[in-house]
Amino acid sequence: MQLPDAEHLVAALADKIKQLAAREPVALVGIHSGGAWLAERLHPMLTAETPLGALDISFYRDDFEQRGLHTQIKPSHIPFEVEGRHILLIDDVLYTGRTIRGAMNELFDYGRPAKITLAVLVDRGGREMPVEAQIVAAKLDLSPAQNLELLRDENGVFSFKLNEKN
Amino acid sequence: MTTHPQLNKNGELQHLLSIEGLSKDMLRHILDTAESFAGVSEREVKKVPLLRGKTVCNLFFENSTRTRTTFEIAAKRLSADVVSLNVGNSSQSKGETILDTVDNLAAMHADMFVVRHSQSGAAHFIARHVAPHIHVINAGDGRHAHPTQGLLDMFTIRRYKPDMHNLRIAIVGDLLHSRVARSEIHALTTLGVPEVRVIAPKTLLPECVDRLGVQVYHDMAQGLKNVDVVMMLRLQHERMNGALLSSAQEYFKCYGLTPEKLALAKPDAIVMHPGPMNRGVEIDSAVADGAQSVILPQVTYGIAVRMAVMGILAGNTQ
Repeated sequence: MQLPDAEHLVAALADKIKQLAAREPVALVGIHSGGAWLAERLHPMLTAETPLGALDISFYRDDFEQRGLHTQIKPSHIPFEVEGRHILLIDDVLYTGRTIRGAMNELFDYGRPAKITLAVLVDRGGREMPVEAQIVAAKLDLSPAQNLELLRDENGVFSFKLNEKN
Repeated sequence: MTTHPQLNKNGELQHLLSIEGLSKDMLRHILDTAESFAGVSEREVKKVPLLRGKTVCNLFFENSTRTRTTFEIAAKRLSADVVSLNVGNSSQSKGETILDTVDNLAAMHADMFVVRHSQSGAAHFIARHVAPHIHVINAGDGRHAHPTQGLLDMFTIRRYKPDMHNLRIAIVGDLLHSRVARSEIHALTTLGVPEVRVIAPKTLLPECVDRLGVQVYHDMAQGLKNVDVVMMLRLQHERMNGALLSSAQEYFKCYGLTPEKLALAKPDAIVMHPGPMNRGVEIDSAVADGAQSVILPQVTYGIAVRMAVMGILAGNTQ
């Protein structure tokens, strides 16, 4: 299948986020790894006082019993007060909604945000949780056997890779 | 593949009994995971839900305040239920065997045992006995090993001196009775520290210590020269009823770390001690409380490292 151009979608996402940030102050929080890359890219486009953070939800996954702690875990880093803030949560691909549930659980351990808005590059359907994104750059229809991955090369350029599971 | 008492059939860590036998990648994975847990302890809510519903049993057949407390805090920050038993005071004195104690706690659905015992090999013994879903962590066994102390020391060194391939490290004091020193030496050599020195009087060195890949010194003036890290050991004087030393005062004169002796190390050298300290015996208060001391950060990092070990073990089921 023809995959969308990732850089094209990032530009579309940036436009929507700039509109939101112009209306009210937000704090950007990206989910490792893809969401954190996107947040890093989007951050300089917003006003200088916009805070930036990153979450690694490994300690909040609901499949820890099956998967354990094997993969490389990056420290979560939220260098600002979460209490009372409007958090703009950013991820690359929205699928089952389980990652977002974990991310929201983790965010609340930093404080009680006033509001959380979810922005994603791609909504690929297949939800298992009542989670929806308010800002979506593109919708794709993928089968459960397909895994869409966001890549970033050494120059910081984004692309998509589609992996087929056997 | 030879069977390794710490690994499950997939080659993953099932128990943590000693640093000996763990690969560089495994040590690094534990230390990297601990970096993420260090952040948890700095948050408003110092807890993650990883071990929710699990029961961790601290089985201390030998007294310890710091190690038991940090294991307890680590398990609680992982949301586990924690039971701490000073077994020396209870059933053991009524004649119950170790394995009976363990079986009884397993019957109460304990998922993990943290074991401290004065006999070398006690944690191995328990690990061989328990059901496959149960994990065992050695929190110090006799003179053999104290792996989480060794790991938290590595974590501390890496925080202050990130390039471990370029370090000169001295371990000073009672190596003969020290399980900490043994764990430290294995960890340092596995992680690729090029120069590990041990400094001690001949009577406090184990035989064949040089086979562990360390350089042996008997004189602080030579041994401390240009080192990046000074790792002091506790003088185990409660175990020293023989003629190994003439007096604590004389020991301090020769091997106690004073500001004058520390000045021989690199100017930015850090000073470590596993605790509890004997001030005025192996370490001068001016050094213990001085700018180069990282003794209290060691305690703080101990929680993150123990969280990492418990989290990794709990995720590796057979």
